[in-house]
Amino acid sequence: MDKSPVLRAEGITKRFPGVVANNRVNFDVHAGEIHALLGENGAGKSTLVKILYGFYQPDSGTISLDGRPTPIRSPREARGHGIGLVFQGFTLIPALTVAENVALFLSKLDWYISPKKLAAQIQEASRRYGLELEPKTPVWQLSVGQQQRVELLKLLLTRARVLIFDEPSKVLAPHEVDTLFGIFRDLRNDGYSLVFITHKLREALTCADRITVLRQGQVAGSLNAQDASEEKLVELMFGEPLKEVATRERGSKFGKPILELVDICTRAVGTTPALRQVSLTVHEGEIVGVAGVSGNGQRELGDVILGLIKPTTGKKIFLSQEATAWPPARMIGQGVAFVPEDPLAMAVVPWFSVLENVALLSPKRFSLYGGLGMAWDKARAVARAGFERLGLNPLPERARAASLSGGNLQRLVLVRELSRDYKLVVGLYPTRGLDVRSANAVRQAFLQARAAGKGVLLISEDLSELFALSDRIVVMLRGQIVGEVRPDQTSLTEVGRMMVGVGHG
Amino acid sequence: MDKNRLAAGSFRLLLHVVLIVGVFALFLWANGKDPIQAVRDTVRINLLQWRGLWGVMVRMAPLLLTALAAAFPFRAGLINVGGEGQFFLGALLGTWAALNVPGLPQWITVPIVLLAGAVGGGLWGWIPGLLRARGWVNETISTLLLNYLAPLIVGYFVFGPWRAPELAIYPQTPEFPDVARLPALGTTRLHVGFFIGLLFLFAYWFFIHKTRWGLEMRSVGGNPEASRRLGVPVSRWVVLAMVLGGAMAGLAGIAEVAAVHYRLKLAISPGYGFMGFLVNWLAGSNPVGIVLMSFVVALIASGGFTLQITQRIPYAAVNVLLALILFVVLAKPASGILAKSLARRWKA
Amino acid sequence: MNGDWFLSWISGAILYAAPLLYPTVGEVLGQRTGMVNLGLEGLMLLGASTSFALSVRLGNPWVAVFLGAGVGLLANLIYAFLVVKRNASQLATGLALMFFGLGVSALLGKPYVGQMAAALPKYPLLGPRSLLFRYDLLVYVAFLLAALAWVFLFRTRWGLQLRAVGENPAHAYAAGISPARVRLAAACVVGFLAGLGGAQLALGVTQTWSEGMTAGRGFIAIALVIFSRWNPLRAIVGAILFGGAVVLQLQLQARGIGISPFFLDMFPYVLTLFVLLLWGRGVRHTAPASLGRVYFGTEERGG
Repeated sequence: MDKSPVLRAEGITKRFPGVVANNRVNFDVHAGEIHALLGENGAGKSTLVKILYGFYQPDSGTISLDGRPTPIRSPREARGHGIGLVFQGFTLIPALTVAENVALFLSKLDWYISPKKLAAQIQEASRRYGLELEPKTPVWQLSVGQQQRVELLKLLLTRARVLIFDEPSKVLAPHEVDTLFGIFRDLRNDGYSLVFITHKLREALTCADRITVLRQGQVAGSLNAQDASEEKLVELMFGEPLKEVATRERGSKFGKPILELVDICTRAVGTTPALRQVSLTVHEGEIVGVAGVSGNGQRELGDVILGLIKPTTGKKIFLSQEATAWPPARMIGQGVAFVPEDPLAMAVVPWFSVLENVALLSPKRFSLYGGLGMAWDKARAVARAGFERLGLNPLPERARAASLSGGNLQRLVLVRELSRDYKLVVGLYPTRGLDVRSANAVRQAFLQARAAGKGVLLISEDLSELFALSDRIVVMLRGQIVGEVRPDQTSLTEVGRMMVGVGHG
Repeated sequence: MDKNRLAAGSFRLLLHVVLIVGVFALFLWANGKDPIQAVRDTVRINLLQWRGLWGVMVRMAPLLLTALAAAFPFRAGLINVGGEGQFFLGALLGTWAALNVPGLPQWITVPIVLLAGAVGGGLWGWIPGLLRARGWVNETISTLLLNYLAPLIVGYFVFGPWRAPELAIYPQTPEFPDVARLPALGTTRLHVGFFIGLLFLFAYWFFIHKTRWGLEMRSVGGNPEASRRLGVPVSRWVVLAMVLGGAMAGLAGIAEVAAVHYRLKLAISPGYGFMGFLVNWLAGSNPVGIVLMSFVVALIASGGFTLQITQRIPYAAVNVLLALILFVVLAKPASGILAKSLARRWKA
Repeated sequence: MNGDWFLSWISGAILYAAPLLYPTVGEVLGQRTGMVNLGLEGLMLLGASTSFALSVRLGNPWVAVFLGAGVGLLANLIYAFLVVKRNASQLATGLALMFFGLGVSALLGKPYVGQMAAALPKYPLLGPRSLLFRYDLLVYVAFLLAALAWVFLFRTRWGLQLRAVGENPAHAYAAGISPARVRLAAACVVGFLAGLGGAQLALGVTQTWSEGMTAGRGFIAIALVIFSRWNPLRAIVGAILFGGAVVLQLQLQARGIGISPFFLDMFPYVLTLFVLLLWGRGVRHTAPASLGRVYFGTEERGG
């Protein structure tokens, strides 16, 4: 391509307290091109696109449009220049309707909004691009895929030329991703410029014309799709070939059952799916993997086990005791350890110290005089022993949880959950969003638990992780278990098919 | 937090407060009053004389407790703006006890009366706590609404069944019997309520920072989702924090009635509940901060009464001065940090 | 209970509803941008005292009313500055504003206690003979205003932007709206309407000034906003209900019926609580999502 790029960013640097998110990044995109921005979590991809969209201001560097240097000071200016961004978390307002959400973005809107006229406008555009959206539906009633289409519709109606997507596939099922990439290609052929963020190699290779890899805030390399290969990209992303968690011998003899779920059903609340007839057993010394596209009932499964959700029918048996109605405190007391994703939101209190967070699990263990005091020495000893047993470097006890990195937070949670006499570990996407080393620490801890004869239930989206660790994999789809396989007797593709409900057998 | 920045921040804040007092003085001067004399009177009468100082401390008593009414729920992540209503309901139930307890000695009667007051306030905190715990109504909204209901209920009793027959003009209850009154310190006006306030302030600190229950309650405020997953009974703590807060305000209400007015009437609070909320906010829920801030607020209020007498300045001027100072503090983006760092130092 | 009684009740209810409707409609708009203002009471008092004083001095109630509303607007600029520019706590700022209004209005109004002011002229709805349904212009305007506010909120671009800010300021910013500017504008409207409500109360309804004369109407307005579920049209219903309770109480007293007035006064609050209970359970997305929260701007803070 000899034309000058539609959008070019040169020497972009952006610092946040404690990190350089972007370090002299160069990036450009041409008309009629799909450009993938590839990198690990925390590589600086999101920051870069937010700078292009005027959401952040770069500390240094320039942005040019059609060859002319153009500072972009706000999203409004960005949109004025024809740049549109679909955020990872979406910027839709749930309480408003599809039409209202779209209208918010239309710069040339009459002062009086006629609901009919607006609806007609939206329906027309929606039909033209095959988006199938009903203007009057409140957005909170839409599925994630539909919401993404609303975002796209917004950009198209505001006549954006550069369409940027921040991890569009993260929230979608595989077949939805294919549809989206189909739309991408159509748009490219119509002359749009598309940029999308991903950390999945295959997506970049299948859809993009050009791939730029970011590593630790810097451009590690930029290549045309036809010159790229998986190995090359991996090398660019990680700097060195990645050491996989060693796949190990899978046992076939396990101990007694620790947890048995029998025909568990739950009620659907709001957008959460209901579990339907879920039966599952975890034995001593066994890792049971739960595969599935997120949002198909995995989180609810974890919550049922923890006792947060009471099943409407079915039975839960824990250590040969009927435990269907046990509240979380009792399940935890009897030996359930829980390692969720996003510990800052789900597992720790941000402004508590490391030590306080450790003591927060069954604090009765550390109470003096029936609760009038806390035996911090005891908690400290437990924490130290825990770090040692898991082979982790101890964290500063007085540090606030909020000041720790995601990986260290998850280490804190591991130490807390696993430094007592537990029987079962439930991991709910425990490695999601972690750096490679922290993720491996979590996996090691789970393997260690298995070796010690504990039961492990690992809910994950990462198929290679499930294949590496599990003795058995069950697949969930729409609140049901749709298949059960042994990793050494099946393939990734097979499980992937079951996850989206095509031709499983 | 950087110590120098904190010091500079506090200094600037002080400067602004001085400025506000200056503006206020100018305002007095423009109205033909003598501002220097006003300040001198305020200091002389309220700080340098024991009697005046007792008076300031008497005003602090309800503020200490109504500040706690906001502080307990705040630690559990709740916003209780209902101190005013809880104050009234505490006064109501306490009065009921005071007027109906048969002739028992003072050392039994007073605790019963105070307990009844705490129960009344606690009840008025229990309702919004329950509504919030069930996820039905936000506690800020419900406590605001209950603020209006409480004085109306008091009004019903004061104008109706409990109205003292001997004073037909004023709607108020009969006087408390001597055994139901809070004893004062020697011959001063300083009553036991002040010390009860201090005691509960200490208990609050101990509860929050030292006990297992405090840890659990703070975890509910810090991250309810994580607390649920850790088996902390979140709903129970939400209700309990509101009940505890309400009980504090209720205690403030009955202490005020049983120590200052000796009878229930509608005019027992110049907004103590709201002021307590502000005191707690200024203090960042820190016990030492609450003592300091309620002292400042009480001093301003006492100063207002002094000036009403010595300079014939309407009492309303107090509200203006209080508001101006609050505005200045609120305008400091760092004011929250100031409060927090105070709290941290206290904890260390 | 005959028809006359009902007519006089509804006539009175409308009269008492108007001064509630102004601050309520204003606060609906304010809360739709995510701001709770507990200082309405203070703003109303400021509007009432300044307009009353000015009406005594100038003899022209109209000028007085608008200046009174203007004073409300000016005073609420303090709130706007603190909340929007300095990210101060809305509840604390509102309460401070309440004390401010309480104090300033008492000082301003002190010389005018017991005086007579030029009142707003009345325009009878049922012909000159009838004593019922005689209202000053601002009563009619109040109801019109509520309807206009509805159109504004749900049928105009600005209303949509305003609601977007209240639901999610960061997303609104992403849509090219300046949340600060929208909130500033809304705060001006809140101040003006609260001041107007106070002025109308002083010059149209009570026609006297006394300290703290709004008697909690500012807080009632906040309850009404919740009752109306942030909808100006439903606010009309709420305001009439509240006004009606006041009138009913006066009527019963006049007839010597032995119901404590306090029970009647309680009724609207209890009703509001019940409405919240019934509507609040399981219904999502009624209250503006960012209500009461501090919006720190777009750049996330470290740590």
